[in-house]
Amino acid sequence: MNLHEYQGKQLFAEYGLPVSRGYAVDTPEEAAAAAEKIGGDMWVVKAQVHAGGRGKAGGVKLIKSPDEAREFAARWLGKNLVTYQTDANGQPVSKILVETCTDIADELYLGAVVDRASRRVVFMASTEGGVEIEKVAEETPEKILRATIDPLVGAQPYQGRELAFKLGLQGDQIKQFVKIFLGLSQMFQEKDLALIEINPLVITEAGDLHCLDAKIGVDSNALYRQKALQEMHDPSQEDPREAHAAKWDLNYVALDGSIGCMVNGAGLAMGTMDIVALHGGFPANFLDVGGGATKERVAEAFKIILSDDNVKAVLINIFGGIVRCDLIAEGVIGAVEEIGVNVPVVVRLEGNNAELGRKALADSGLNIIAASSLTDAAQRAVEAAGGAAK
Amino acid sequence: MSILIDSNTKVICQGFTGSQGTFHSEQAIAYGTRMVGGVTPGKGGQEHLGLPVFNTVADAVAATGADASVIYVPAPFCKDSILEAANAGIQLIVCITEGIPTLDMLEAKIKCDELGVRLIGPNCPGVITPGECKIGIMPANIHLPGKVGIVSRSGTLTYEAVKQTTDAGYGQSTCVGIGGDPIPGSSFIDILAMFQEDPATEAIVMIGEIGGTAEEEAAAYIKANVTKPVVSYIAGVTAPKGKRMGHAGAIISGGKGTADEKFAALEDAGVKTVRSLAQIAAGLAEVTGW
Repeated sequence: MNLHEYQGKQLFAEYGLPVSRGYAVDTPEEAAAAAEKIGGDMWVVKAQVHAGGRGKAGGVKLIKSPDEAREFAARWLGKNLVTYQTDANGQPVSKILVETCTDIADELYLGAVVDRASRRVVFMASTEGGVEIEKVAEETPEKILRATIDPLVGAQPYQGRELAFKLGLQGDQIKQFVKIFLGLSQMFQEKDLALIEINPLVITEAGDLHCLDAKIGVDSNALYRQKALQEMHDPSQEDPREAHAAKWDLNYVALDGSIGCMVNGAGLAMGTMDIVALHGGFPANFLDVGGGATKERVAEAFKIILSDDNVKAVLINIFGGIVRCDLIAEGVIGAVEEIGVNVPVVVRLEGNNAELGRKALADSGLNIIAASSLTDAAQRAVEAAGGAAK
Repeated sequence: MSILIDSNTKVICQGFTGSQGTFHSEQAIAYGTRMVGGVTPGKGGQEHLGLPVFNTVADAVAATGADASVIYVPAPFCKDSILEAANAGIQLIVCITEGIPTLDMLEAKIKCDELGVRLIGPNCPGVITPGECKIGIMPANIHLPGKVGIVSRSGTLTYEAVKQTTDAGYGQSTCVGIGGDPIPGSSFIDILAMFQEDPATEAIVMIGEIGGTAEEEAAAYIKANVTKPVVSYIAGVTAPKGKRMGHAGAIISGGKGTADEKFAALEDAGVKTVRSLAQIAAGLAEVTGW
């Protein structure tokens, strides 16, 4: 789960990290009022969405009057912001962050992730802040400094000092950096985070370090013990169908193609999308009904797939391990009868009670194409959706 | 021969009396797995499925001499269960549960390594040596004792590979689901090393998916150390960047961990890759001459 910048900065403030004074607001009037409350003659207004690249897309602006804050909020609230990290529709803006303006002498990068290869939390720092860090990592990997955290003792001050000296920091900046480094490490552990990025971590004209942005990802598996973070969940940033599916314990990811896929198991769901593509089709979605699929959940999955107007055919691929194929078949039949399906449905059932399931589908009198193998299923689905592309 | 488990492996179940533990223990017993008991705190002294229930893993190990444990307890309690088993002298821990916090696994993995305990999973179907011992949730009837070692990050993709190798008559030496989480207890490399040493394994199927660099690391290992033929399939060619595909580990982030990169690394290591998951058995036939 991702947090908004303003939520991330609230966490930063809790851990004593230097962030700008600011307010997250919901209306143009509040935006103007926030600017007046903060005072001064220059502010930054930032549209709050779960995506990077906001500046280039016009979602971040330097303003010189409370009126401009009002105008900016009126321009963006309720609208969608499209950046290079979003899809073509963009992400809805429901809050604007109004902040004091920070003068910038230099921009650094500081981030932390769970590194799978070393199985540790790893910090990354770079003098190349303010730009796409992925590009820096790819083109000039030597400019990314690393510190690996030992989970048994936690981050140590010397690790922060090492990074700080290598970043070329001086004097009091060393102490400031160590404090930020230790605070982030503690936060990572205590809040069950998956990712922190401060890009940029700036050096102000006065020579102080300051966290100008905050990108935080939380380990969704740990949300049950992070009540405060649960409250920060913003469903408006998710695809409505994906959010609806999650309520039914279905794993759904919307894609652009025309063949709706219903599969049990995440790996097999990806494999099914791939085999559809291999035979010239385009998958409309990833959907994992999971191991404990019930008749009701299958019916719901069917409805979610069909709520996508681009779907021209549905491919159901079930390898029954724990899940029984006859139950899946019942769910499919129930859904087809209930909602009425006017696109072809191709079904491949294998494993637990597959024979019973196939028989139930054949006896249902519905327009369901039974496939004899995975390849056959993919080919028939592509054909049913109007044939292979190109 | 086989790897990890065989007909002599004595298995206990943590979370024995729960619904998952009960269902899958029944299946394991029916398959012939040497189940010797289970653990549910507070229910020690009772009998369940004809086997003794213990309050602690230490009690179970002392009474039964168990050397493997399968964990079905809910995710919030898995770190505790893994550490309990590891410290009680269990040599092989198979954790089926999905949804364990990553930082919990990070610590559990370190302790298992320190204690020299083999951890499989979490978020996996388990391990099976066909005809001898089944630890986990895989459907028994698709397996056939035989000569292919299968290792995979995904449950249902493992079943596809199993079915194909059974239909072709090759059978499986041992099948290991290492799980779809970012921090697995065992890596591809751990299992590949065992298959390379196992006389019963004549060829290896490795099934990966997008996310992380485990397949690239495995490719480097295969190039240097594995002489047996390896066939590999990677799921997720069509997965978009930045979208998590069900498994906690299956996400292409920062442009890294794509299926194409993994296929390329494996091909460079001399592995026979197949782009369609329906072609796994065909790939085996091609590299082995079977």
